[in-house]
Amino acid sequence: MNTPADVHIDDPGAAMPQPEDPFAAAMAEQDIPGRSLWVDAWHRLLKNRAAVISGIIMFVMLLLVIVGPMLSPWEGDFTDWDNTASPPNFETGHWFGTDAVGRDILVRTLEGGRISLLVGLVATLVSLAIGVTYGAIAGYYGGFTDRIMMRIVDIIYALPFMFFVILLMVVFGRHIVLIFVAIGAVNWLDMARIVRGQTLGLKNTEFVEAARACGVDHKDIIRRHIIPNLLGVVMVYVTLTIPQVILVESFLSFLGLGVQEPMSSWGALVNDGAQDMESSPWTLVFPAMFLTVTLYCFNYIGDGMRDALDPKDRA
Amino acid sequence: MSFVLPIRIFLSSSILLLAACGDSGSDFAKPREKRSQPVDLVLLENGLPHPSVLAQEQLVRRGNGEEPQTLDPHLAESAPTSHILRDLFEGLTTESQDGDIIPGAAARWNISRDARTYTFYLRRDSLWSNGDPVLAEDFVYSLRRSANPETASNSAVMLLPIQNAREVLAGELPVEDLGISLLDEFTLQITLTGPTPYFLGLLAHPVAYPVNRRNIEEYGDQFSRPGKLVSNGAYLLQAWNPRVSIELRKNLLYREADRTIIEHVIYLPIEDLSAEVTQFRSGGLDWTNEVPNNQFKWLQKHYPDELVVSPWMGSYFFGFNLATEPFVENPELRQALILAIDRRVITEKVTQFGEKPSFALVPPGIDGYVPFSPEYADWTQEQRNEQARHLYKLAGYSDDDPLRVEIRYNTSENHKKIALAIASMWKQVLGVNASLVNEEFRVFLQNREQKAITQVFRAGWISDYNDPYSFLEMFRTGHGRNDYAYSNSTFDALLDEVGTERVRARRERLMFESERVLLSDFVIIPIYTYVTKRLVDQRLRGWENNVMDHHLTRHMFMLKTRAPGAEPPVEPPADTDAGAGDSVVTEAGAFAEEATEEAAEETIEGATEEGAEGISADIEPPGQAAEQAPGNENKAEQEGEGS
Amino acid sequence: MNQEGILRHSATRLLGLIPTLLVLITIAFFLIRVAPGGPFDGEKILPPEIRANLDAKYHLDEPLVQQYFRYLGQIITFDFGPSFQYKDWTVNELIARGFPVSMTVGGLAMILAFIVGTLIGIIAALRQNTAVDYSVMGVAMLGISIPNFVVAPLLILVLAVYQGWLPAGGWDWSIQRMVLPVVTLALPVIAYIARLTRGSMIEVLHSNYIRTARAKGLPGYLVIRRHALKPALLPVISFMGPATAGLITGSVVIERIYSIPGLGSYFVQGALNRDYTLVMGVVIFYGVVIIVLNFIVDLLYAWMNPKIRYDEVQ
Repeated sequence: MNTPADVHIDDPGAAMPQPEDPFAAAMAEQDIPGRSLWVDAWHRLLKNRAAVISGIIMFVMLLLVIVGPMLSPWEGDFTDWDNTASPPNFETGHWFGTDAVGRDILVRTLEGGRISLLVGLVATLVSLAIGVTYGAIAGYYGGFTDRIMMRIVDIIYALPFMFFVILLMVVFGRHIVLIFVAIGAVNWLDMARIVRGQTLGLKNTEFVEAARACGVDHKDIIRRHIIPNLLGVVMVYVTLTIPQVILVESFLSFLGLGVQEPMSSWGALVNDGAQDMESSPWTLVFPAMFLTVTLYCFNYIGDGMRDALDPKDRA
Repeated sequence: MSFVLPIRIFLSSSILLLAACGDSGSDFAKPREKRSQPVDLVLLENGLPHPSVLAQEQLVRRGNGEEPQTLDPHLAESAPTSHILRDLFEGLTTESQDGDIIPGAAARWNISRDARTYTFYLRRDSLWSNGDPVLAEDFVYSLRRSANPETASNSAVMLLPIQNAREVLAGELPVEDLGISLLDEFTLQITLTGPTPYFLGLLAHPVAYPVNRRNIEEYGDQFSRPGKLVSNGAYLLQAWNPRVSIELRKNLLYREADRTIIEHVIYLPIEDLSAEVTQFRSGGLDWTNEVPNNQFKWLQKHYPDELVVSPWMGSYFFGFNLATEPFVENPELRQALILAIDRRVITEKVTQFGEKPSFALVPPGIDGYVPFSPEYADWTQEQRNEQARHLYKLAGYSDDDPLRVEIRYNTSENHKKIALAIASMWKQVLGVNASLVNEEFRVFLQNREQKAITQVFRAGWISDYNDPYSFLEMFRTGHGRNDYAYSNSTFDALLDEVGTERVRARRERLMFESERVLLSDFVIIPIYTYVTKRLVDQRLRGWENNVMDHHLTRHMFMLKTRAPGAEPPVEPPADTDAGAGDSVVTEAGAFAEEATEEAAEETIEGATEEGAEGISADIEPPGQAAEQAPGNENKAEQEGEGS
Repeated sequence: MNQEGILRHSATRLLGLIPTLLVLITIAFFLIRVAPGGPFDGEKILPPEIRANLDAKYHLDEPLVQQYFRYLGQIITFDFGPSFQYKDWTVNELIARGFPVSMTVGGLAMILAFIVGTLIGIIAALRQNTAVDYSVMGVAMLGISIPNFVVAPLLILVLAVYQGWLPAGGWDWSIQRMVLPVVTLALPVIAYIARLTRGSMIEVLHSNYIRTARAKGLPGYLVIRRHALKPALLPVISFMGPATAGLITGSVVIERIYSIPGLGSYFVQGALNRDYTLVMGVVIFYGVVIIVLNFIVDLLYAWMNPKIRYDEVQ
């Protein structure tokens, strides 16, 4: 969601005029240029217990979803007709129970995790690529270019996002690649806005001015000075977008437009499970647990990163 | 640390849930609401319930699946729409509780010897809801309107048995040439192209309902709004709130208003099956349209008295596209795939509602017709699997070179599960590599029709009328719904003969033979025959299971709720007119009504007149006829359009 | 920004509505028509002549561009045409019935989310990094960690079926039927707003002028009310625009599960059934609502913070 970084609160009581954004401030105040900002931020992040625990959990989760299905005796599409819709049972080897056609929930959950995390990552990367480029160009060049580009963003922003994702899925069918593209292509707007705001601020900093004075090419300035300094904000944003994308995919699954059988995602599993939550609650509880824990973790990590990178946070 | 809080919440709730589901029924989830128990039913001699057992308020709320597209009977397509229309209008014929075709607006009829001319004698005292008398010319007007290409009715193809209907629909002849004529104010004659045993059933379908000409001329497109709609059935349109509810109230001018007990019907178009069940459970509904498959076991355990399962005139199967690889000219492969499916597992584990495994096209239950059953229907599944493997190899496939095939279906939980089951069985038995393609309904239909990319696709058919022909006709060469690209001149010739055969036994033999030809060509993969399944409040009575699933509200009534702990009240009324031989079903005294005798006479009249007027002995009178009203459009259509 | 600036800005924005709308209409129009399948495909066979009649009646046989201009001409008079799917109703009628429902549920959810979200965020910010902070935010985050199509059936099960306190769904404008849908819809928004408020409030509380105010001896709550609240809420205000869009999305799920006759499900069903006119009507309608809301939000924002500069940085 939109945390507009392009507008800032002025501080009438300050002794010296505050610069527009925290990054520029940090960098302006640093005597030692370069990496210490990151090292500093990293130390702060490590102090944030929530973020650290989340990080560990996510690491374990990744291991589980990548390696887990290979260790399981069941395959995700194997239908165990003797054990349909049965609750968790160590004897039959179905630790999380089975669904209505006898597929093992544990394997399905882990494989679904692969898809969900993949969708989250790829769609976010797509929106990242588009958004960062767009926003950096708009912010850097400013003036008329910026106005036009942001106008376009405003127009697209006004379109009901979900409707267009649905329309796109309806028109082009339901391949998983399309999900990446559809979600990513609609999601880049926030990224563009944030990046543009940051770029606007960065543009006026001394080291950029200095680079210009030396005659460095615009493109190179963008590439070598602007973009690396955006990394912090962008990383935060990426971490916070991934859970959103996963939720969007689950919403599409609710409509029947998400990933298609035999592939599954946490969203699809949770949706199926929600229908039977009384008669077979294990089909809901386990995927939902994985989904919720993952979303929590991403959010905590993202918040932690944001706090760590923001020098104003004296906590 | 409180970060762990959310984790703890989940762990504890899931442990709770797991601990509680010791058995698959999850006893902790037992609903706390109490279902009200009805008093015992007491019937009068005329079959109506005794007034003392009736509830104060005769209101029934029916879940209806989806919002109707229209209330114009000639444009109606879906089953939910037809349910409502059946309460609003009445055709020449109508249906009894158990689905028999009985006289409706027509008091009686006779059929000519060659079975091509039907003469209908309308009741003289029927009225429209605005007081206009129901006349034969209303039916002439309405049938012409239905067949008029400008009306663009989707169901008008059902009128094809009427002479010249084909040409009228194609625009080649004017509507006035349709084979219906007005003999006098209350008499109407319809000429058919050939003997059509199910014709009387067709007339109970909304496409043949009368509409009031003045109503349409006055309001045009808006004629179907509440306050404007003029109908001749048991109910009036009181209110219509799109996607919220449609409310009907009793039409006091209806010819049998005194036998209609339910005063108000509310139809609620709830699409989500789980939501419908929860509404029923929390007391918001008395009758659901359906129930979700996944909850069958649970419902059976917790709502055994409310869950109603009943055979339905429909067949669920998948189809082969015979025009392309890999199925073109490959009967061995097709047969192998047909054999390798364990239908028992599908009906017992996947759908679980008591559907009957099927190896044929036409479902059993059509009066007198015994469907064809192939030899392998009697084998064990192991034998079928073995034969399947043998044929698979013959077709040139093996583990190293497995078949790759796409199973296509439209979005629906049920279709998905069955397709999954089939793919899994083919893989386990033959090693086939089947992929599932789930498409939106419209896209799905279009692809099927074009026959370019489909291979195996979900099909199925719910019959429009109670006759096997309804299932067979779409396999004709070039038929609009022949998505299988099936073309067999023997089959076509047999169907042609069916169309002209008057003798019932011969006609049935011909249909049996054509089914045999079809199945021996391995065009479809039969899976099961349909059942209807729904939840019905125990206080709602008067309806009966019927194979077409047509339930007119006017036959229903609500019983009083039994006070907890009270004895069922069975009180004889003070004044009894019981004659010597009259007796009521229970010990209560009789309460004869005079009206019943007239009603009894009228129904008998319909039959006797026929017997007297020299019909060919081979065409049975409507009382015994197996033909039912064609009402349900293809169920697959709704399954596709539902969630 | 002075009065003149605000007025000038508003005027520009208002004019900007028109190209936005046009883009919206054009994209939606062509997108839905490009989709395979049409409104008249059905499992029943339609004789080709009837099909031709239907196509002619609805102008579907004309070239696409011609249909487009015809449609533009139509909507200038606010006539969205007849619905293909619900043949007895016009799109105008359907939207007129569905919109009040959607807006009521959405509006109430927004209000609830704003109140509860900001409250939670402020409390968390004031007790930053304490147990209160973590637990309150932890619970709030449930809203964005559990999809609403899980929350809704759960709530229905517990509150409607087992306890019987509230109806399980349906709509008759009674308060009881509004409670569950509004709450379910508000939950994710509460989470976002809480997060936003907390972050922004923390930032504000650490700024210099707050320190100054405190140093001057102003009591805590006055500090917050007079100096911290407004700037802290700024990001929340500007979030309301996209939040509304989010509510509109979430409503599809809510409407389906609670059987509410709102616009969201009209859209989805319309898209799936290729009901061109209905889909277009709903899309345009929502587009206008979002645009207008964004506009209002902008004005509100500018009013709340006179120091905003909209000109580009040179």
